[in-house]
Amino acid sequence: MNAVDFLTQTIRIAIPYLFAASGGVIAERAGIVSLTLEGFMLSGAFGAALGTHYSGNPVVGVLSGVLCALIFSLIHALATIRYRADQVVVGVAVNLLAIGITRFFLKLAFDSSSNSPRVAGFGGNMQAAGFDNPLLWLGLLVAPLVAFVIYRTPYGLRVRAAGDHPDAAESVGVSVKRVRWIAVAASGILAGLGGVYLALDQHQFTDQMTAGRGFIAISAVIFGRWNPIRAALACLLFAAAETLQIQLQGSHAIPSQFIEMIPYVLTIIALAGVVGRSVAPAALGKAAD
Amino acid sequence: MSASVTAERKPSRFATAAWRERAEEALLPPLVALLVALICGDLLILSYGQSPLEVYSLLIEGTWGNAYGFGQVLYKATTLTFTGLAVSFGLRAGLFNIGGESQLAAGGFAAALAGLALPGTTPLILALPLCIIAAGAAGGLVGAVPAILKTRFGAHEVIVTIMLNFIVLAFLNWMIAEHLHVPETLHTPEIRAGALPRLADMFPAFHGSAANLAMIVVLAVAIAVWFYLFRTSGGYGLRAVGLQPDAAEYGGISVGRVWLKALTVSGVIAGMGGINYVLGYKHYYEDGFAAGAGFLGIAVALVGRSNPFGVIIAAFFFATLSQGGLAIHAFVPKQMMDVLQAVVILAVAMSVPEVRRVLRGSRRRSDA
Repeated sequence: MNAVDFLTQTIRIAIPYLFAASGGVIAERAGIVSLTLEGFMLSGAFGAALGTHYSGNPVVGVLSGVLCALIFSLIHALATIRYRADQVVVGVAVNLLAIGITRFFLKLAFDSSSNSPRVAGFGGNMQAAGFDNPLLWLGLLVAPLVAFVIYRTPYGLRVRAAGDHPDAAESVGVSVKRVRWIAVAASGILAGLGGVYLALDQHQFTDQMTAGRGFIAISAVIFGRWNPIRAALACLLFAAAETLQIQLQGSHAIPSQFIEMIPYVLTIIALAGVVGRSVAPAALGKAAD
Repeated sequence: MSASVTAERKPSRFATAAWRERAEEALLPPLVALLVALICGDLLILSYGQSPLEVYSLLIEGTWGNAYGFGQVLYKATTLTFTGLAVSFGLRAGLFNIGGESQLAAGGFAAALAGLALPGTTPLILALPLCIIAAGAAGGLVGAVPAILKTRFGAHEVIVTIMLNFIVLAFLNWMIAEHLHVPETLHTPEIRAGALPRLADMFPAFHGSAANLAMIVVLAVAIAVWFYLFRTSGGYGLRAVGLQPDAAEYGGISVGRVWLKALTVSGVIAGMGGINYVLGYKHYYEDGFAAGAGFLGIAVALVGRSNPFGVIIAAFFFATLSQGGLAIHAFVPKQMMDVLQAVVILAVAMSVPEVRRVLRGSRRRSDA
């Protein structure tokens, strides 16, 4: 395998992370803990498979996938913002709900407890190696886009204020709750797109197909110190490690389990402040009045 | 402090009123959640074209209605009580241990190692404590990592425990897959010592169910946790840190030391839960045996309101849902129970602050 192949495979693996981590950055910068990325991705993947299966058109699949993830993110927002429920508990619950609902409706819609039938996708030209998929290009653009929104727009300023100094934001007339509702919805849409990409790329939905990718995305957010560009670079780094693992398979040089650990170990090291302290938004996880 | 303890014990008029208020705040959210779950369950059952009444009666019949089903509920409730107690112990100190899943697995793994290392002639009275200690030590080791990182570096325990889940489970997977498995499987050989008698050995009616003497162990742990939290000064300090860390620090309690203790002990309790599967059921460690029981411990602690006896009741509730899923599977996919478990957690999480707000609002109005 040459360098170009390595790079293209890394990018393909990184796309779901890039979508989800960008969503995670927005929600966490607004002060809402994003343990739910996994659930958003899973529901997005299921919605994509469902919509594409019944319409035969992957564009419909994208829309239905995003819609499913959006619904889950609104449940998350309702519980944490309107009802001021503990964000960590709700995060765990929303992920369990996504697993449960996708399993239940997998059985109901496709009478299977493991996977959906094969569905259409984008592109598919072998020569293009996945780069004829518009979602892939969107995934590459999403981090700069989110960086622009967060650092260069009035809404982005409000997001940062809601996450760092909600009281100060309220005192100058910013509705912290509204900013957070929009941020959580945006994180749902983005993470959902990550799931959509996954399902359409593999041409089916399988039970729990996100397999912890939402948590790798959270790792990227923390390792990237809540900065969208750094988070995106972390996504690429983690994806490169995964590509390496696939390359090394069978060679037994390093056990694959140890390469799997890399993102998580790096995140813990980053949190412990060994290589530059990773500091969370000040009001992360705190309900607003 | 001493004043409040005596007030709790004397049934004066004010004390009963305070007790009733606390009971209302503690019991209303789970009841609301139960109602919401029943309604969601109805909808799911109807969406599958079945009758809710029939499915629910099947669920009761398959769990509490016969000895085998009840034995399975007992077995599942035992693991969930361990993990629920673990999460509760952390929560009482204001800390969230999301690492129950890997602590449980590490505990089961260590219990299996101990059971394999001991000679087969070791009497149970000696082998059991040794296996429990090994399980608790392994869980405590995993729990100590976030504890140290939190007190030393201020790293948030939620993220660290989540990350550790992946790391520890990958490590255990490697240990089993590369070193300790019986060929063609992902489990260890059978343990030589420490196997617990099953309930069915004493009561043949429970034949086939996995219920075993680990439930006596968990009952003892629950009582010990209750006693520590509510009847010792260490437990009082721990709860004080959970309620108001700054005030506790000002009152002379070392918050860092309490955090260290709370997360480590939380890991110990979750780790001990591994004996239910390894010593009590399969007599070997199998990769992935925890199967979500660690995460469900969060739900159990939440619904049980972090009270050891509430935790036991909540564990029975979630064990019933899980076993009930198998009982109804011919009519409605058992995956329905995954949905209901999540709905219960969401409903409790959402109604706790809401119930408190509404109750306190109405009390303030009636006082005025």
